[in-house]
Amino acid sequence: MCGICGCSQPGKINKLQPLNRPIHQHGRDHGHHHHDAERLIKVEQDLLSKNNAYAEQNRIYFQQHNIFTLNLVSSPGAGKTTLLVETIKALKDRVPIAVIEGDQQTEHDADRIRATGVPALQINTGRACHLDAHGIGHAITELGVKANSLLAIENVGNLVCPSSFDLGEAHKIVVLSVTEGDDKPLKYPDMFHAADLMIINKTDLLPYVDFDVDRCVNYARQVNPGIQIIQLSATKGVNFSAWTDWLAGHVKQELQV
Amino acid sequence: MTNLLGADLHKPEGGMAGIAMHELSLLENVRKILEDHAVSQKFSKVIKVTLEIGKLSFVEPDALRFGFDVVMNGSLAENAELTISEVAGLGICPQCGLQVEMETSFDPCPHCGSTFVKIIQGADMKVKDLTVI
Repeated sequence: MCGICGCSQPGKINKLQPLNRPIHQHGRDHGHHHHDAERLIKVEQDLLSKNNAYAEQNRIYFQQHNIFTLNLVSSPGAGKTTLLVETIKALKDRVPIAVIEGDQQTEHDADRIRATGVPALQINTGRACHLDAHGIGHAITELGVKANSLLAIENVGNLVCPSSFDLGEAHKIVVLSVTEGDDKPLKYPDMFHAADLMIINKTDLLPYVDFDVDRCVNYARQVNPGIQIIQLSATKGVNFSAWTDWLAGHVKQELQV
Repeated sequence: MTNLLGADLHKPEGGMAGIAMHELSLLENVRKILEDHAVSQKFSKVIKVTLEIGKLSFVEPDALRFGFDVVMNGSLAENAELTISEVAGLGICPQCGLQVEMETSFDPCPHCGSTFVKIIQGADMKVKDLTVI
């Protein structure tokens, strides 16, 4: 049984089974007769209530086990995996790190993370466009995330859907690369509104692209006045310590390590 | 680990091409909610589903309407009617204390320009009620 959500499939996603037969099965000596009268049932239940309940269970698990969790979101190709690989290299001797990778298909990203020596689990979402809290609960169990550690969740590359699915993380971090255009915060405001930190990545390419950093920062603050912003290049290491300092500071504060 | 969504969604004959996955996930949740209620409230067929969708929630009512029949196919809400009531966005400005109408979740206060307006209505999306037999 899954330790977090209690569902009966160890290490597997609990697939929803369609109810093709009536709930109310009739035996031969069935006593009561039926009324076909319509009735109205009040429900008043949020569409995300199940995900939110699983997210809350994850959050409690993270607190109890002192796991500091990040949810990294971006469009495909913004550099989340490279950012993580370089982050792991910089911090893995100071704090245990584990990674959950979300992609529609392939193990490529988890393979890149494992090459750094830290455990990684790949979730292939198939046709789904985001990770959900239930899948994360199973992944935590399957991966055996250590207590007093940093857990990075790399969400499916998508600036729309992952914004509404809470995974139980401490911080949602949006990565935007300078090759994508400086108006992304206005085009996909929900994601930038939901994030605590925006990383502007690939700044080494600024001389070659038409990306106005100030404009991007202004747009991001229009949709989220409190958002923190770090500019860096993960591949070239430019200003990378600003990010690792931010992270190490939070790890120290949250985990007391 | 594979496939976070229901198995039937992944059938190639599902005819799902072109429907935003986001709305499909939410409709999957609608189906879970009504299946849970079918057990607790003892009904076998849903003939009408009423959703309440806030204007500040991250969902397009038209996309929900588009995907509803596909997701409910094979469930106890197959052929059910879908009604969506849209809820306006409202917020309170912490600076001037006024209640303001909101079109997006990050609208500044139209009176003082503050960008920290607190949403008080319109962020939710929920199953309001079901008509069942």
